[in-house]
Formats: sequence, structure tokens, C-alpha cells
Amino acid sequence: MSLMDKTARNVAEKVRRGELSAVTVLEDAFERISAVDGRPGALDYGEISDEDKSKVHAFITLTKDRAYQQAQDVDRSVSEGEDPGPLAGVPITVKDIFCIKGTPSTAASRILANFVAPYTATPVERLEAAGAITLGKVNLDEFTYGSSSESSAFQPATRNPWHTDYVPGGSSGGSAAAVAAGEGLLSIGTDTGGSIRQPAAFCGVVGLKPTYGRVSRYGLIAFGSSLDCPGPVARNVGDAALMLSVMAGEDRRDSTAATLPVPDYLSSLDKDVRGLRIGISPDYMRIPYPDLQTGEVVVADLPKEIRDAILNAAQALADQGAEIVENVPMPNMSYGIPTYFVISRVEAASNLHRFDGVKYGYRTQSEFSDLREMYRKTRAEGFGLQPKLRILMGMYVSAAQYSEQYYQRALKVRSKIRSDFEAAFDPQGAYRLDALLTPTTPTTAFKLGDVYGDTVLMQYADQLTVPANHAGIPAISIPGGISSEGLPIGIQFQAPDYREDTLFQVGNAFEQATDDADWRKIKPQVMKFVE
Amino acid sequence: MTDEITPELFEHLVDLAAFAFDPKEAKYLRRELNNQLKAIHQLAAVPLEEDVPPASHGVPYTDQNSPSLREDLWVPCDNPDEILAQAPQVEDRYFIVPDIPHTELE
Repeated sequence: MSLMDKTARNVAEKVRRGELSAVTVLEDAFERISAVDGRPGALDYGEISDEDKSKVHAFITLTKDRAYQQAQDVDRSVSEGEDPGPLAGVPITVKDIFCIKGTPSTAASRILANFVAPYTATPVERLEAAGAITLGKVNLDEFTYGSSSESSAFQPATRNPWHTDYVPGGSSGGSAAAVAAGEGLLSIGTDTGGSIRQPAAFCGVVGLKPTYGRVSRYGLIAFGSSLDCPGPVARNVGDAALMLSVMAGEDRRDSTAATLPVPDYLSSLDKDVRGLRIGISPDYMRIPYPDLQTGEVVVADLPKEIRDAILNAAQALADQGAEIVENVPMPNMSYGIPTYFVISRVEAASNLHRFDGVKYGYRTQSEFSDLREMYRKTRAEGFGLQPKLRILMGMYVSAAQYSEQYYQRALKVRSKIRSDFEAAFDPQGAYRLDALLTPTTPTTAFKLGDVYGDTVLMQYADQLTVPANHAGIPAISIPGGISSEGLPIGIQFQAPDYREDTLFQVGNAFEQATDDADWRKIKPQVMKFVE
Repeated sequence: MTDEITPELFEHLVDLAAFAFDPKEAKYLRRELNNQLKAIHQLAAVPLEEDVPPASHGVPYTDQNSPSLREDLWVPCDNPDEILAQAPQVEDRYFIVPDIPHTELE
């Protein structure tokens, strides 16, 4: 059995005790990468071959020399009797939206393709300080703008390890795919509207969006500054708990990072779910979608297999003593995407104006007569269509004459979305929930090319995840089954502010209860290259 | 249904954003903007009581979860030349840009 099929906790324990060398673990990681990943994403990628179509392509940049140096440092500290930390020797990947000093940090965009970060993001710095070994930077939608990872300027885009004709989800598609295929045991992603949880669901792994502010955003290339949350992607709940315990905490370089102490998340894994109140909402069991011809909202039923996964999860938790509370109203959740279309675009436009060909990144190579023409050509050549679309929309809905109608209104609807959660979690309220159980996504993974280009349909892939971003609350997606097509189904738990411990407790209990389930024995398609 | 973003309005936004598009890109982007606005228009139907505040963020900032104000101390950057080295054009540690369009005042 490859070390890449073990848990991060198990590997770290053995490395800390000196029973396993970090270099040996790293060799297994690179062996797995060379078996399943294929060529890394690049700007000049040429033809996509049949061979390309069978591989994962999680990476943009492999930092092999740096990784070996880190692994040797971990082994040396163990041999000298020091403790390298709780993630000793654990190979991780980093979504290429985080800066790591001395490495290309591209945001999957041509405009940052030549950018080498002069500093390291706080959460990455903490993971490495705890002994984690960074294998490299993984692919994503350009600037995180998408739900399929297809919009990356670095192609071939990442493919779903369960079936490589399908997308891995996005925007943390490289992170989720790398973890699912065992190319690293953990990955750090970001979640602005569902960008950790949706790909985690599509790739059959665990993905956590922490409470806004629980993890510092310092060193993250910003998308929606009031929504962005760095978080863990792992193969099981316990590993995600370990990873968050290392990443979380205050940071003097991010004033929005919460100063609350970080609890011992691993201890929540030992608690059972007896007496916990877990809600189910009918509002999350149907799919409202705008008909673009008429402008009317059409409501579709959730696919039966996804619905069944939720009901089975509720039953499994009820069997362990949790109390299932049905019919929890979440009346404003259907406004999550329209609200997101406004708020996230305004914040994206604001954040993207800094990329102008002056201080860093790409500058046009063609002729220009003045500064304005240089800006125009640089931005036209450097940004892909999705960032351009977000900038245009963000500028429109925040313009003085339209702001009241759009941006200001969206901010108020955001309060209403938050109030749904406050009512559901209120300890004195009618529902008094500890957690809300919902599907993560309205469908399982879709095929490459099927949705890409239709930006409304693509955005609606996030409709069950985005309310948590508006509200700021933590939410986790964990594998809840496999569809008849052989694609993973994700189930989501959401909890009150800073109650990630409850998510780990409930998620771990569900994992234990379904440990022997037949669907857990099914492996991703790309594992055929390993066995 | 008429398009909210007309070709003229689109051109205005493109100019403000300092972009340039070929006709095919422009057609795609304008269509997507109008489609997204159809989804956004659902917000018009949300009943908003007088006392609903705008939320610039979800989780409230309180004394319990926010850092207290600290002294505004100057901390020198330890690698300014590394940062300057990222710029497309630098001379004598200044960023170089082409002529800035301007009008001479009389």
C-alpha cells in the first residue's frame, strides 16, 4: 500500500516517531504524481491528446527541489530529537492563489504567469512550520472565477480523478483532484461561494469552509474580500481537523482574522452525536433556477440519488442518537446566487484593478503610445474572459446610478440570508440546531465543456454552498455516496459561527457509521494507473 | 425582453475598465452580462423591511473576535529590491510608465 493511501495523521505520527522518513513519504508522493497527473498546466499547451484526457493535471508548478529540502529538514530534526510538528512529513499541495516566497504564484492567469511571490501566505507558512511538505501549486479557475476549473489560462485543465471526462469542480479543482488521486494527502484551497466544498463533493473528498476570519487571508490573491475563506481539503474529516488546527488563528497581518482562541479540533473527533440537533430544510431539497427566456424562477427537484444521500445520512446520525429536526425554513437561501452575482463582482472588480502592468505581472509586448493604451492592451491580453466579465459586472452594479438598485439591495438581502441561519441556530429559538444537513451540490460532476461558457448555469452550481459564504458561517462537505454513474455525491453540514468543532464531530460520526458501506470501496478511475 | 446592457452602455463600461474586445468577445460578454442581470433581478422581489441593515460581511466584528487597535508602527520591508524586481520596467528604483495622457492648463 502506498503511503499516499494512508491518512495524514498516520503518516505524521510515524514521521514524528522516527518510524518513517519524510523523504520516503515524498518519494511515494512523486511516484503517484508521475503515475496519474500527466503534464502540468501551461500557457502554451498545444493539442490536448488522448493521453492528456486520461490524466488528472492537478499541477501548475511542481516545487520538487524545495520539497526535498523541506523533507530532509524534517528528517534531520527528528534525528536530532526535535519535534518537527503535527504535520511532520505530510505532503500537501497549495492552490495557486496563495503566495509562497520564491515560487511562481499565478492565480491561473496569464497576467500573473511570471509573478514570483516575495512573501508567503500565513496559512501556508503555518502548515510548513508544522512540518508539512509542499509538493507544488495546483490549478484552479482563473483568479478562482468558476466552478469547474476549466477557465484556467494553464491547460490542460484539471480533470476529475473519478472519471476524467468530467470536471473536478472549482475553483479549487486542482486541490480536490490532487487529494482524491492521492497526489498529496492534504491541500489548501479557498472558498468564496463554494470553491472548496463544491470540488470536494465532485471529487469525493472532504472540504471545509471555515468561519470567515477563522483563517488569515494574508498572502491570498483576493477575489471577494468579504467572502474569501482559506480552508482544508482532505480525504477524511480527522485530517481536515488536524489541518485546520494548524492553519487557524489570529494574524497581525490580517485585521479580519478572528482573535478567538483555536479549539482542539482533534478532541471533537472523540465525541459522539447523542443529543445533537441536526436540521433538514426543504428549501435545500429543491433547485430554483431563472428561466433566461422569461425571467421567471423555475423550481426543479433535487436528483433522487442526492436526495437519498441526505436522507441516508440523517438516518445514520439518528441511529447514533442525534435528533433530526425536519422542515427548518431557510426562505432566503434561493437569493444566494443573485446576491452573490452582485457582491462578489463588486469586490472582484475592486481587487482586479491593481493588475495594470506597472508594479508586477504581465505588461503588453505590443506598441503603446501612452499609459492608458498600455493599461488597455495589458489587461486585454493578460486577463481571460471570466475576470473581464466580473470586472464589467462589478463596475456596472456598483455605479452611482445603479448602486441603490443592485449593490445596496444585495447587501441587505445578505442580512436576510444570515438571519435564516441565526433563526435556525438560535439556542432559544424554535429549531435550536447544532448543524444543518444539506446537499453540497445540485448535481454530481458534469462533463468538461457541458456548462463552461454559460456563466449563469455555472454560477448556479454553487447555489447550495453560497449562503454560508454570505452568512460567514462554517460549512463542510464530506463524501456521502457514489451515483449510479460512478461519481461522488457530497453532503454538507453547516454550523454556527466558529463551530467547526461541531462539523468535525458530526462529519466524523457519519464517516464511522458508513465505514463499511459498499460505496466507500469504489476507487477513482485514475487509480488504474497505480494498481 | 430588451437588453439592459445595450451596445452603447457596454462600450462605456469597456472604456471605463480599460479593456479592448474583438466583436466576438464583445457579443459573448454582453450576452452573459444581460443573462446574469436576469438572475440578479430576482432581488427586486425580496421584501426588505425598513430595519434590514446592509451587511458588508456575515460574521459580526466584536471586541471578542477582533484585534484591538495597535500603535501605528513603521516596519521596514526587508526585501524591497526583490519586490521592485517584479516590475516590468524599473529605473533607479522607480517604476517606469509611458506618458500619462494629460491636458496642459492655460
